[in-house]
Amino acid sequence: MFGSNLLPNLGEVVAMILFGIGFANLLLQKNLIKKIIGLNIMDTAVYLFLAIKGYIEGRTAPIVVNGVQEVEAYINPIPSGLVLTGIVVSVSVTALMLSLTVRLYRRYPTPDLDGISSRLKKEGI
Amino acid sequence: MAIFEYILMGFLVVCAISVSFSKNLLNSILIFMSYSLVMSIIWILLESPDLAITEAAVGAGVTSVLFFVTLKKIHALGEEDEETDE
Amino acid sequence: MSRKISEEEYRRQRIVRMKRWLSGEKDLYLDNMEVIPRSEYKPDRKQMERYEHDLDEVMSRTYDTEHNRVYRFFQRFYKMAAVLCCIVLILILIVEVSYLPPVGSASNPASNEVAAKYIEDGMQDTGAVNIVTGMILDYRAFDTFGESNVLFIATCTVLILMRNDKKKGKGSAEDEERRDSFYEPKKDAILQMGARILVPVIMLFGIYIILNGHLSPGGGFSGGAIIGAGLILYLNAFGFEKTERFFTEKTYKTVSFGALLFYCLAKSYSFYTGAHHLESGIPLGTPGAVISSGLILPLNICVGLVVACTMYAFFALFRKGGF
Repeated sequence: MFGSNLLPNLGEVVAMILFGIGFANLLLQKNLIKKIIGLNIMDTAVYLFLAIKGYIEGRTAPIVVNGVQEVEAYINPIPSGLVLTGIVVSVSVTALMLSLTVRLYRRYPTPDLDGISSRLKKEGI
Repeated sequence: MAIFEYILMGFLVVCAISVSFSKNLLNSILIFMSYSLVMSIIWILLESPDLAITEAAVGAGVTSVLFFVTLKKIHALGEEDEETDE
Repeated sequence: MSRKISEEEYRRQRIVRMKRWLSGEKDLYLDNMEVIPRSEYKPDRKQMERYEHDLDEVMSRTYDTEHNRVYRFFQRFYKMAAVLCCIVLILILIVEVSYLPPVGSASNPASNEVAAKYIEDGMQDTGAVNIVTGMILDYRAFDTFGESNVLFIATCTVLILMRNDKKKGKGSAEDEERRDSFYEPKKDAILQMGARILVPVIMLFGIYIILNGHLSPGGGFSGGAIIGAGLILYLNAFGFEKTERFFTEKTYKTVSFGALLFYCLAKSYSFYTGAHHLESGIPLGTPGAVISSGLILPLNICVGLVVACTMYAFFALFRKGGF
């Protein structure tokens, strides 16, 4: 069932485990703030996977030193650029969800999802 | 160096599990801050210094500060103030 | 009355039935029932209270979750199903990861000719020593433009949700003062001493990282986040009044919008020309100097300003509801 590359790919396995933990947090927690933390953990797990994809052993960071411009001297720079955009977008999404949480708290004064849902039903919505 | 990397990744998994199982909200946000910091160190080990600086400034900085301010607005932080008011 | 037909036959005619239904005297579906109120309706307070009380009782009994067996069974089932689903998801992903090519080998399909082109021709085409910065601000500048837009939209949305309008609500003067003094931090000696030493260093470091984005690791995003963090520290230590001296709402609007507009004018031709590059006309200079690499330095500064303003705006909106 398992392929041959399980042990050399241990970093990617850890990224997948973190993704699963973040997803379980998103589904199972009752407190809204912990759901948002779960979403953040999922985000950083995906960035870890992408950054591992760009790593090549024995080579250094993609900053030109001493005019050396061979392909064999630097790692792959493309996943680095993708993750850089992703980190900043992740902070925007977190800020938006936190502001929604604050507004929800002002309306129904409990940060618990079960409490909010039962109050919604009693009001007849 | 590979062993150091694997130790740090194990620490990441431990942090992620303990965030979900802690009862106090303040504790879980502090553990999330340290998760972000360890992630930043892993990115240095993966030879991407741009990502490390950005994650250290954004993850362990601005995101965690936003979480703290939200906790204050939800009144899940200041238990001592409520007791002295009454 | 004298008519050709009797009263009953007259009432059975269609036009008359329609007229009577329109005026409310007769319902076509409830045979010959006349809906005319007999006396005026006076709302009875006790009756209304009893009615509301009954409604509350019915609602809380209908949506009662404590004694509902199906609901509790569903709760437990949902928890077990969610845990099972996550475990199955992790297993599938781990099986899939184990079939991927090994990490760190040089013959991965991910390092193909695109990466080779960026590394080999990066410094000649863009003039930047940092290949990643040259890539995201020259070859792929359009993506960074979209990302700055995401930051701007997020700020607008948080502004809509969290803004505290002073005109609405209880608008008396002492209420405003009490609310404002609640938001001002208390004068903490350690925090103020620490901020006096740290904030100039943080700002200098942030400006250094932005200006050296094309020579060393860093760039617009990191430098902007650091400057934003420095502004947040200043706000926390000294309060809103002192920050208003150099960072009002007008400053924020001008800086943020101006930087985004400059980036848009510089790089949004890609909407029309696709992947073809337009020369910007600014000379590339010698790689290794600060003033070099064409349009990358101004674009770095723009992105840094947008990110710094966004981070500060998030914090100020959460804290006080305004600037």
